[in-house]
Amino acid sequence: MFKKDRWDEILEALSANKLRTAMTAFGVGWGIFILVILLALTNGLRNGVLKDFGDFATNSMFMWTQGTSKPYKGLPKGRYFNYKIDDVAAIKSQVPNLKYVSPRNQLGGFRGNNNVVRGTKTGAFEIYGDYPEYIKQQPMDILQGRFISYSDINAKRKICVIGSGVVKGLYDKDEKTLGTYIKINGVNFLVVGTFKMSNSQGNNEEEANTVYMPFTTFGQAFNRGESVGWMAITAVDEVPITTVKQQIFDLMKSRHKVHPDDVRAIGHFDLAEEFGRINGLFTILTFVGYFVGILVLMSGIIGINNIMLIVVKERTKEIGIRRALGATPWMVKGQILQESLILTILSGMVGVSFAAIIIWILNAILDSVGEVENFANPSVDISVILTALIILVVSGLLAGLIPANGATKMKPVDALRVE
Amino acid sequence: MIQIKDLHKSYHMGSNSLHVLKGINFDVKEGELVSIMGSSGSGKSTLLNILGMLDEADTGNYTLDNVPIKGLNEKIAAKYRNEFLGFVFQSFNLINYKSALDNVSMPLYYKGIKRKERTDRAMHYLEKVGLADWSHHLPSELSGGQKQRVAIARALASDPKVLLADEPTGALDTKTSYEVMELIQGINDEGKTILVVTHEHDIAQMTKRIVNLKDGIIIDDSKVEQVRASQYV
Repeated sequence: MFKKDRWDEILEALSANKLRTAMTAFGVGWGIFILVILLALTNGLRNGVLKDFGDFATNSMFMWTQGTSKPYKGLPKGRYFNYKIDDVAAIKSQVPNLKYVSPRNQLGGFRGNNNVVRGTKTGAFEIYGDYPEYIKQQPMDILQGRFISYSDINAKRKICVIGSGVVKGLYDKDEKTLGTYIKINGVNFLVVGTFKMSNSQGNNEEEANTVYMPFTTFGQAFNRGESVGWMAITAVDEVPITTVKQQIFDLMKSRHKVHPDDVRAIGHFDLAEEFGRINGLFTILTFVGYFVGILVLMSGIIGINNIMLIVVKERTKEIGIRRALGATPWMVKGQILQESLILTILSGMVGVSFAAIIIWILNAILDSVGEVENFANPSVDISVILTALIILVVSGLLAGLIPANGATKMKPVDALRVE
Repeated sequence: MIQIKDLHKSYHMGSNSLHVLKGINFDVKEGELVSIMGSSGSGKSTLLNILGMLDEADTGNYTLDNVPIKGLNEKIAAKYRNEFLGFVFQSFNLINYKSALDNVSMPLYYKGIKRKERTDRAMHYLEKVGLADWSHHLPSELSGGQKQRVAIARALASDPKVLLADEPTGALDTKTSYEVMELIQGINDEGKTILVVTHEHDIAQMTKRIVNLKDGIIIDDSKVEQVRASQYV
């Protein structure tokens, strides 16, 4: 079926009518172009929004304490309490399906007062007390040295790991950082590592202006004792955190003498739920993108079908001649089918390439202007392209089938009579 | 070569039915040059189309080279057309986006012959009709007589048993008509069986036998003294 002779025949027939061929090809190319662009834009929007979640393990929640809203066991309402370090062990041992439970403490805040000093340089940074697991919940790239380890926790070593923004603020260019000391709220800490956030272009102020130190050191150095500011809890991949969080709340309520029906006392942010909600939104958006794109593609295919009908009508006489010379119906059909197939596939590929160029330009522009709110890295999966191509092949066959059948149903003598 | 017995054909247009062929009987032997004459509507073209398997008779027998032609499916009909028959039409019916050479080699393409051999053979027949120098011209760049000669070369290309010509000179002036007839006579001299449909007496006189058709029946079938076209050219 794909011999050189056949190719020559097809190319000859297609190039005999350049304008018609070009117009048809444009219809399909345009359809697939819109489909790909639409999906790429949806994807860009999704990437942009999901980027706000950062790399943080999505099956996670944050949990903190708030004032109680109900009196319970002789305690008044409006009482404030703190989680203790024992709570972490209790959660780990009593609630199944949890991967990481990281107690955290924080000093300083976003654009707070200067709290870190090194020589003559000062800066305002966020200081966190953390456990070693935290790096698994919030992935970061260690640029030099190391992250906190359990021996740091146990020995309450006064060490810290600093972000690239901290390095920029407190050190001269090319100055050695590891082994130096910085003074946080009057206490000296040894710098053992530097980091930046994974997948960040280094412009995220919050994440880069951060100092991590062992949780136990933090408690001792800054008078927090056994208190835990909040917890970052991640469930195992198979179990959504949303389904286990109530168990954790109940456990915390009983341990801190909070009324079981008190919904205000324990504050939390369910990352998985938020993530799921937004993901769901984009699933719908992607579906809409497909839907609209395929409709546009279909109009292109109907165009091909139309034109193939006209082509076959126009060439009825030629088909009659060919049959008088000994072309079997299948030869005629095969040629028409192949013509429409080649036309659809070729124009589809042009459409895809053109869309790829546009996406590339879009990405280049995005790169040069920097971060754009809620939009990043528009792209499509190769599987989407393949699906689109399969749709094209099938529709090309369908577009050719009707006219091809019509062309061979006619008696050759009638076909020859057509002018 | 051709045997026809009691051939009937009618056309139906809505409720009207038109009986075109009302029982045709005739035989053609190998090497004959026969003209079929008749006024328009006499059924001569219909007869030729049935002979050419482009159309099918309602009843009657048709045997071509000892092969009964009846109830063929299109695939086999196409194969027989390719093997047994060469067509020459009044309006030439060349494919206008193909060069003379490609037009001539088309029956060979459908026969499944390799490109190289196809081109050689097609070139041979173009030489035979005197158009070797025009092999790469499109039909639109040729004169009427030249087009008809390309069509004749094409009809000959697959070396058919019978050449069927439907008013081959109908669209040509007298001088060119005679040139084409000279070519046809020459091919017949080499032994090819040829049927020519015409309504011009001078053309009919250049064949060896005239079959006269009127209202769907043969009214006269006689051998004639062949007039050589070369004496006019």
